[in-house]
Amino acid sequence: MADAGTAISIDRVVKRYGSFTALHGITLEVGADEFFTLLGPSGCGKTTLLRAIAGFDDVTEGEIRLYGQNIANLPPHKRPVNTVFQHYALFPHMTVTENIMFGALRLGWSRSDAEARAREVLSLVRLDSFADRKPGQLSGGQQQRVALARALAPRPKVLLLDEPLSALDLKLRQAVRAELKSLQRETGIAFVFVTHDQEEALTMSDRIAVMSAGRVQQVGTPREIYEAPTNRFVADFIGETNLIEVEVKRVSDGRAEVVLPGGHITQCAAASQSHAGTGHISLRPERLTLCPAEAGDLGARVESLIYLGTDIQVWARLPDNERLILRVQNAGSIALPAVGQEIGIKIEADAARLLVD
Amino acid sequence: MAAAAPGGASTSSRIYRGNVLRLIGPSWVIIGIFLLIPVILTVVYSFLTKEFRGGVQWTPTLAAYDQFFFDRGLFGDEPPRIEWTYLGIFWRSVWQAASATLLCLVIGFPTAWFIATRDPRQRATWLFMITIPYWVNLLIRTVSMKFLIRDEGPLNSLLMWTGITDAPLGLINTNFAVQLGLFYSYLPFMVLPIYAAVERYDFSLSEAAADLYSGMWTTLRLVILPTVRPGIIAGCILVFIPSLGAFLAPDLLGGAKTFMIGSLIEEQFKGAAGNWPFGSAVATILMTIIMAVLLVYARAQGKESK
Repeated sequence: MADAGTAISIDRVVKRYGSFTALHGITLEVGADEFFTLLGPSGCGKTTLLRAIAGFDDVTEGEIRLYGQNIANLPPHKRPVNTVFQHYALFPHMTVTENIMFGALRLGWSRSDAEARAREVLSLVRLDSFADRKPGQLSGGQQQRVALARALAPRPKVLLLDEPLSALDLKLRQAVRAELKSLQRETGIAFVFVTHDQEEALTMSDRIAVMSAGRVQQVGTPREIYEAPTNRFVADFIGETNLIEVEVKRVSDGRAEVVLPGGHITQCAAASQSHAGTGHISLRPERLTLCPAEAGDLGARVESLIYLGTDIQVWARLPDNERLILRVQNAGSIALPAVGQEIGIKIEADAARLLVD
Repeated sequence: MAAAAPGGASTSSRIYRGNVLRLIGPSWVIIGIFLLIPVILTVVYSFLTKEFRGGVQWTPTLAAYDQFFFDRGLFGDEPPRIEWTYLGIFWRSVWQAASATLLCLVIGFPTAWFIATRDPRQRATWLFMITIPYWVNLLIRTVSMKFLIRDEGPLNSLLMWTGITDAPLGLINTNFAVQLGLFYSYLPFMVLPIYAAVERYDFSLSEAAADLYSGMWTTLRLVILPTVRPGIIAGCILVFIPSLGAFLAPDLLGGAKTFMIGSLIEEQFKGAAGNWPFGSAVATILMTIIMAVLLVYARAQGKESK
């Protein structure tokens, strides 16, 4: 798949620091016009991988190909990719325009070309009137956009973004998400975006690679990742979920028959073919519904109710004392159970999913 | 509400002002005793008449300045010509101090960079090692330097023993020896401010520069040096000014040809040949030039930051 459709292909990349292995043989492909996100908790290796693509850290083993060319051994200034840094790293002694022209000038563009390009990207990020300010005179959100403009100005083949929204406040972060996504469509280049924020990843990405402990756990569209997690880590990390221990009776053709706590037998999708004994299923809180006791797939006792505005969270205990969380839409007419009441829980069709441990 | 707020503010500021006086009082006393009075004394003495065997007579005169700038012949009765002797010493001092400053910068910057990029726990040890020689008196250190670089000293012996040179380098009593002495005397004044600046330097700026297609030297020139410039300038000022007025290094390491302004001033206050008003005048002129340079620099800085 080394055709023009693949911007970056990461091939069995290993990174070791002494005895610590930060990346255990990562293999990934990023499409030429994709918004690709590396998502994971801190220490999962996502930033290490991004820095390896940018060239700030070398890799111990493996290849990183940019449109077919192995760049793993090139220094960062010879790689046609640019980075938006987490804390922007704007040159404090230069104006906004000088910052933005910096890359193009080093590439040997003429001054007038670089200036024209700076004006172009400044209007792209809507900062035209700030061209002559110094970074210190800008707000965090403005600095973030300058960093974006600076990285886009030399027309990189791929743009790398290292948690660029983490230093912004919540309101701004939500606004910038939409902007980033449309900017990626306008520029038509691949964005590789690193974040630990699953909401960011779900709202912006074409595809997401969920990482943990130096390994890629799952690659897929936001929908696939959320609705069809393959293993416990992904199911747990993305969104809220209930992981329920079950007894696996049979697995075949991606379907499984499991025994729920309480003895009820149900069919569900299976992420793996080989399963026997006990396993875990993932149940999203919003795909569970309340019903009279005895009528449900699961029986539980209500422990507490948490009012969230649009939803009401019901915390319940299963017979084996495991906690289960349900979300009930606050439709106004719903009858809520009382604390301590025995309830039945119905699992929506295809809501349960047997996971790889 | 508008009326209440200023009232409250003035009450608190009155209390505050009383405290401030008490708090800054001691620093005024120190500045007065150790800075203002000596400077005023120097300036005043430079306008007085010289007493033989040191001291002054309280008769105002411009004789000291006249002696510095004009040559009126052996008996003082010829038409005045520009006196080049002292201006020459001035020029040589500036040149020597500037060379020593450059030497400090060239050695001090990499040193400061090295220390600032070590593990935080190691930095204290390196800084400590930089300051160790300063526990020894400047005079002793300068004499040690003289011993080290003289023709029969360890440096030349080593060079000849290893066969790198056939004869002693003849370092002693040269301009270079003085620069070496000044460099040795004031190196920490260069290292410490640059260290402080480099320690605050955000290394992601270097990564950003590399990401934007800069090689190592371009990054140094366009990003690192401009960012740590305040530290470099502070270091240069801290080395240049004491070097300009130094007298130990030129006295001990330089020969007669390397006579510097500091030695000229020192001579005026020492022994029978002394001339206090003339020494004060030279010191005042030196001080005025330094102040002017610093003022021009501060103006330029102020304009740039606007």
